[in-house]
Amino acid sequence: METQATRDAYGKALVELGRLHEDIVVLDADLSKSTKTAEFARAFPERFFNAGIAEQNMMGMAAGLAAAGKKVFASSFAVFATGRAFEQVRNSIAYGNLNVKICATHSGITVGEDGGSHQSVEDIALMRSIPNMCVVVPADGPSVRKALFSLYAREGPAYLRLGRPSVPVIYGEDSDFEVGKGIELKNGRDASLIACGIMVNEALRAAEVLAAEGIDVSVIDMHTIKPIDKGLIVKKARETGAILCLEEHTVLGGLGSAVCEVVCEYCPVPVRRIGLNDVFGQSGSPDELLQHYGLTVDHIVQNIRSLVKNR
Amino acid sequence: MREINEKSLSIVKEKALIMRREVIKMLGEAGSGHTGGSLSPADIVSCLYFWEMNIDAERPDWENRDRFVLSKGHAAPLLYAALAEKGFFPREWLSTLRKIGSPLQGHPDMRKLPGVEASTGSLGQGISWAVGMALAGKIDKRDYRVYVLLGDGEIQEGMVWEAVMAAAHYKLDNLMAFVDYNGLQIDGKIKEVMSPEPIADKFRAFGWEVLQIDGHDYQQIIASLNIGREVKGRPTVAVARTVKGKGCSFIENQVDWHGRAPNKEEVEKALAELQAEQDAAEIKR
Ligand SMILES: Cc1ncc(C[n+]2csc(CCOP(=O)(O)OP(=O)(O)O)c2C)c(N)n1
Ligand SMILES: [Mg+2]
Repeated sequence: METQATRDAYGKALVELGRLHEDIVVLDADLSKSTKTAEFARAFPERFFNAGIAEQNMMGMAAGLAAAGKKVFASSFAVFATGRAFEQVRNSIAYGNLNVKICATHSGITVGEDGGSHQSVEDIALMRSIPNMCVVVPADGPSVRKALFSLYAREGPAYLRLGRPSVPVIYGEDSDFEVGKGIELKNGRDASLIACGIMVNEALRAAEVLAAEGIDVSVIDMHTIKPIDKGLIVKKARETGAILCLEEHTVLGGLGSAVCEVVCEYCPVPVRRIGLNDVFGQSGSPDELLQHYGLTVDHIVQNIRSLVKNR
Repeated sequence: MREINEKSLSIVKEKALIMRREVIKMLGEAGSGHTGGSLSPADIVSCLYFWEMNIDAERPDWENRDRFVLSKGHAAPLLYAALAEKGFFPREWLSTLRKIGSPLQGHPDMRKLPGVEASTGSLGQGISWAVGMALAGKIDKRDYRVYVLLGDGEIQEGMVWEAVMAAAHYKLDNLMAFVDYNGLQIDGKIKEVMSPEPIADKFRAFGWEVLQIDGHDYQQIIASLNIGREVKGRPTVAVARTVKGKGCSFIENQVDWHGRAPNKEEVEKALAELQAEQDAAEIKR
């Protein structure tokens, strides 16, 4: 299976986009080799600015650049971009609905060995809570490219959540990725798996295991957490009557919460959430950590079995 | 003024070499981590742990202990080597660095490992923490001292200067900072990425006692510690010129060695160089 890190896809797509649009300016905070904005810096040195280790100032500068007509892409690790600079993102960027796209890498526990201080498990919740902010969590490289092009064209601030390790490529060039529209990768009637980011591929694998047991599940790639695709969630709730949400993030305030909000209000059915259960991450290899925190095919399969049985 | 004698000096030197070796071994075993920045401040950290600080491994929670905050938390391997050498935990733990379940997290975790004073890793935050600890010492009229180690890239964080302002404002003469002035950060030379210069003048303007030293010269480090103790009414900083990766020729001053660990061959090579340095030191003695 072909694999690619979403941050690598970001680095490449950013250069492509930079070639098409002269109004793009890219900022980083001393992590350009890791976030891959270094590729843009090499191609367009006059439109790249390193803020140094100063994320708050980077976000403030991004707001000013955007207010002066630039389309700004600002990168750092997710924990610093959304955590350290939260209030600059809120008041300087989002309050004025400015064109700053926060493209953060090293999200979630698959950061691995650096440990809990560097593993953002709350960034989706933080960004989702800010008015005007659009939140996209792509599952693979090709999705990143499409997301980046769409976000460029979309007015206002956005948060693009990217990862460190290589992940399987799920989509071809011709996928129909549209911000705000979930993708139905598999249509089954017994339950629905709604996932984002690296958990989409785990959902697909779990669906195969379940199919072998005669359980027929739907798999949804809910890459846009905000604005969330209400129509698709309600449709799947009606059709399958049970939902399991999957995310590499705390279960408080992320994708699972967003799905629950829609389901409770429009079509109550049982929902379960797999994610981090209100704990910090720790050092370890990405695979060990995914195991440790239950972000695995096994855990998905067990949950679906009991969801379907208890219905 | 405590003058250092030959014997104490040789201990400090020897411990620095031991720690550098442990750093290389640990990182080699872990397969990831920050090599350059763990080696550059080894001489400063050795002087703190094996000469200056009043600490007791038997009582990591002792209220009157001096405190060390590793604000540049990515140099965790160096801190762990110092704590193990001091006896805060068994040396065997060092080989678990960065592994799942280990108390030796990629960045220091105060709730997992005895002797770690502050959970750091997010740059800039350790110095504010140290200011808080120094302030608590003043409130409680305790005479412990607080030491904090900053990176020269780290001081680009705005909050560092907020902390520097607060420390002077509260006249925290029980606080001493070291800047590991190795000239490099991740994306290149600090002067090219985002210059924090002139560093000494900035601290001076904020009201600190400022010393400029060679961070690999033990006499100068010890002298700065002595001055730090004497200065009253304001905090002291030693801006310490260092070589990133110090002690291993192929790692020294290489920006790419910021965030990579040595492979097997490189571990051997580095250990051999450090051993040669040790042998030379012994012959001199
Ligand atoms: C707030 C924050 N932003 C970014 C990082 C990522 N980071 C880790 S080390 C480093 C460079 C540090 O440079 P410097 O302070 O000079 O350290 P040294 O050269 O001593 O290793 C960066 C940007 C971080 N740990 N924390
Ligand atoms: Mg440095």
